[in-house]
Formats: sequence, C-alpha cells, structure tokens
Amino acid sequence: MPPVPPTPDPAPSGIPVPYEGLADDALVRRVITGENDCFEELIRRHQPRVFATARRYARREDEVQDIVQEVFLKAFERLPGFRFEAPFEHWLMRITIRTCYDFLRAHQRTRESSFTDLSREEEDWLERYKAEPDSADERAEAARSLVQRLMDTLSPEFRLVIQLLEIEERSVKEIHQVTGWSIPLIKVRAFRARAAMRRAIARMKPEKYL
Amino acid sequence: MNTEPLRRKLLASARAHAPSDCVPYAFEKRIMARLGHREIPDVWAAWGALLWRAVAPCFALMLMAGIGSFVMSPSSEDLGNQLDAVLLADLDVAGDAP
Repeated sequence: MPPVPPTPDPAPSGIPVPYEGLADDALVRRVITGENDCFEELIRRHQPRVFATARRYARREDEVQDIVQEVFLKAFERLPGFRFEAPFEHWLMRITIRTCYDFLRAHQRTRESSFTDLSREEEDWLERYKAEPDSADERAEAARSLVQRLMDTLSPEFRLVIQLLEIEERSVKEIHQVTGWSIPLIKVRAFRARAAMRRAIARMKPEKYL
Repeated sequence: MNTEPLRRKLLASARAHAPSDCVPYAFEKRIMARLGHREIPDVWAAWGALLWRAVAPCFALMLMAGIGSFVMSPSSEDLGNQLDAVLLADLDVAGDAP
C-alpha cells in the first residue's frame, strides 16, 4: 500500500491551508503573478517576529498593530522589487525596522519622559542596586520599566542604534544592511548614544543611587 | 561619578526581557481585508498605458505638421533651384577667383 501523503493542518476556520508546504520565494512569485491569497500565508508565517520587533519600539498595543499593518502593506507594494538574493524574512525585517524608525521619528515630541518621577518599585530596584549591584535582579519588572524610561529619553537615531547594537546584539555590518547608514556613521551614533544614555542616568538622582 | 555599570545593568535587563511575539487572533485576515483586491503596482504597465494614451495626440500633431508644411512650402521647382544654388555656391566662388 503506497504511503499516504500528510494532509495539511487545518486553519482556525477548519479550511486546509493550501500553501503551507511552499517556500517563501515560491509564495512571493505567486503573489507577484496575481495570487494575492498567497500573501496571507506569508503574513501568517512572519507576523510573530514582526510583532516582537514592533513591541521593542512602541509601547501601546494599538501602535504596535498599526506598525505591523504598515509593514505588511509596504511589503505587498514593494514585492516586485524583491530580488530573491536574500531570504524574504531578511527583506521583511529591513522594512520592519525602517517602519519602526519612522514611527519613532513621528512620535519623537510626544515621548518626553522624566527620570525624576520614578515609581516606588523603580526606586526600590535602584536602592537594591546601590546597596549591592549584583543583587538587583535584571529580570525584574522595575528594571524593564527603567530601561524603557531611559530609551524614551534618546533621539530616534540613538535609540535605534542602542536597540540594534546593544540590546539585540547585532553587528555593525548587519545594522548597515538594515538601516542603510554608513559604517562610520553607525559607530559615531553608537558612541554618542552611549554618552547620551550616561547623561540621562546622571540626571537620575545620582547622589541617591550611584 | 561612574554611570557605566548601571547602564550595562539596565541594558542586560532589556536583553533579558524579550518582547512577546503573540499575534492578535486572525490579524492576517485584517491585513488582507485592507489589501482588498489591490493589485501590485506594475511600473512598466503604467508606462505602457501612458504611451498608448499619447498615441492619438501625437498622431494628430504629426498630421497637422505635415499638412502645414505641405501648404506653406514653396513649389518643388523653387526648391530644386535653391538646392542647386546652395550646392554649387562653392564652385561659383572658386570659378570667380583669379
């Protein structure tokens, strides 16, 4: 008896997913030739990573969803320009990061944050850090919100370079590919961004915590 | 005042807090609805359409220019004399020389 080919997993609606076995490049080719339904499968595959990236730059969930939606609309319009030289995911992540950067620039003025109005938890975390730096838990929610405050004080360029270089730990070359910035410019911005972060920390009641 | 250790500690915290990758239910359907029946813009097709649209006006201009030049041009005999005069002007000048 010949082996029975595996049936595709059903979609949430119960309808089998017809494009599941196709590679990204094959799906892109089909979308370019007019099969728009294939784009839905591309969205389904890549939206978790796009959402995770957008959440690094936007806090509110409605802002995150707007960014993700814009990313996929841009990707659809630019698909004819996809040259199949690099994986589709890399191309999509370039669009994602540029869209996030545009978002940061558009919301620059509304993101004034104060480092003087710390919450009780944040102050406790800083006091623990002062008493014994190693005992302050990096995974604590207060530490996460302090980082968020710190990042909000930076300009979009500085924030993007710190995010990519120091938090996501990407290489300078990767950042060059993603942002289109020259390598010397990235190095200069990284240097200035670190200095800006140190200045922001210094404004944070230094006599109390440092 | 050395702020660098605290900066490093906070960045380590940011690395430890990877953002969630959860997706709202049927989000892809929402994007597909936004796309609707939108076609991928084809630059060459748009250029071709523009060229086709320009065919009739260009043809009309060509006809008008042709008719205008036919009506306003001198007779063919005059044209022949003028051509001879231009071509032979050099020889006339050479013949007149001592």
